[in-house]
Amino acid sequence: MSTHAVGDTRTLLGRSLRHILRSPDTIVTTAITPVAMLLLFVYVFGGAIESGEEEYVDYLLPGILLITVASGIAYTSYRLFLDLKGGIFERFLSMPIARSAALWGHVLTSLVANLLSVGLVVLVALVMGFRTGAGVLAWLGVAGILVLFTLALTWLAVIAGLAAKSPDGAGGFAYPIIFLPFVSSAFVPTEGMPGPVRWFAEHQPVTSIVDTIRNLFAEQPVGDEAWIAVAWCTGLLVLAYAVAMRVYRRRFA
Amino acid sequence: MTNETTPGQRPEGAIRVTGITKAFGDVEVLKGVDLDVAAGTIVALLGSNGAGKTTLIRILATLLRADAGTAGVHGFDVATQPDRVRESFSLTGQFAAVDEILTGRENLVLVARLRHLPDPGRIADGLLARFSLTDAGGRRVATYSGGMRRRLDIAMSLIGDPPVIFLDEPTTGLDPQARIEVWQAVRELAEGGTTVLLTTQYLEEAESLADRIAILHEGRIIVDGTLAELKALLPPARVEYVEKQPTLEEIFLAVVGTTTTQK
Repeated sequence: MSTHAVGDTRTLLGRSLRHILRSPDTIVTTAITPVAMLLLFVYVFGGAIESGEEEYVDYLLPGILLITVASGIAYTSYRLFLDLKGGIFERFLSMPIARSAALWGHVLTSLVANLLSVGLVVLVALVMGFRTGAGVLAWLGVAGILVLFTLALTWLAVIAGLAAKSPDGAGGFAYPIIFLPFVSSAFVPTEGMPGPVRWFAEHQPVTSIVDTIRNLFAEQPVGDEAWIAVAWCTGLLVLAYAVAMRVYRRRFA
Repeated sequence: MTNETTPGQRPEGAIRVTGITKAFGDVEVLKGVDLDVAAGTIVALLGSNGAGKTTLIRILATLLRADAGTAGVHGFDVATQPDRVRESFSLTGQFAAVDEILTGRENLVLVARLRHLPDPGRIADGLLARFSLTDAGGRRVATYSGGMRRRLDIAMSLIGDPPVIFLDEPTTGLDPQARIEVWQAVRELAEGGTTVLLTTQYLEEAESLADRIAILHEGRIIVDGTLAELKALLPPARVEYVEKQPTLEEIFLAVVGTTTTQK
């Protein structure tokens, strides 16, 4: 049956992508809050924030991109929840398809939808004056780390979608993740934070990811931060995947 | 239609359940279910709400693992050969398992693709015609009526001509006309040689459709036989004169006209 894993995943990916195509509002809604934050912080608070030499929008964008992904994955759990509730998921599982395809269809859809939202936010940032001299390799680096981050959060979303009892429960888990960037180097440098907060900010995953993307855009060497960021994302991805598969197997024999 | 076996020549039991038990926590839902369904017959599984009908169907459909006992579908064991079992049956669950955002035709094409069949488009068009859904085929399922949804749901189950079909309360929540349409579809299936195991709470549905009736009560099959055999369990019929009043259903169908059921 694993011979069909790729074909079945492609079929189910096509199905979910069609869902998104027919409600493109989910892509736009995902981008609206991050864009609003971008506007608010650049044009309202930005003047009062000391971010260093660079333009504040350049400083801010990496964190905003992570917030975009964190809000986008709420739709992933929501879509999975609706499939489970409506019975179509059981229909899929009662057919001779690769068991993993039913989840991977959602996971890859999440990746596509979030990257579209991220692209939208980057476009707005460009209009607001975001500039980078980053070359192809640096852009690939940024894309790579965002893909890794999205996959890790998506598997978290799969757990939430599988375990949720209500549509609100399916999406609600994302809120703490959306706020994590506020206690990091995403909006202001960590140096000004009081001791314990600063310690937390400097040791949580968002800071290393934000710093890595920022350095890639600024054509600076990324250093150890990049490895720490990759380690955080990979670790979270592996853990979330393992838990999600466990929940999945317990729910469906 | 009987399951009498002659030595050395066992008829192929399409569904064979032996000693299946299943508990959820402390609640024992199935306490040793035995059931044999001969190929090409319609068997109705009767039982009140919570009797365990859906649990048994989910075990047969490889969605749930039994605690003990064995179950086979089309000669394959649900626990050890789930892939072969999944190739042999189709499940129509209690709630129409259709994709509301896709069109009716897209739903059919999706299932045909997942069953790895050649020419999914032709299969979809054929089923749309067979279930009087050709005109609605290009519309999103969200706009369908309950009866249309159920017809599409059953059409999706027929893709790939599985030899066994499970129908879990196929007519619950349907209006009388839609129910008659579903019955008609089930009869045509059985005439074509498909084995049908259906669960229902409606006794007249079992009476009208099934070759055999099994009653699931408190976790066990307490009665299993033809309608005539079941009737023989009660004292012989007495002749009574009762004024024949039309049922409300008969009045409803006469007033709205059953000729419209194909639309």
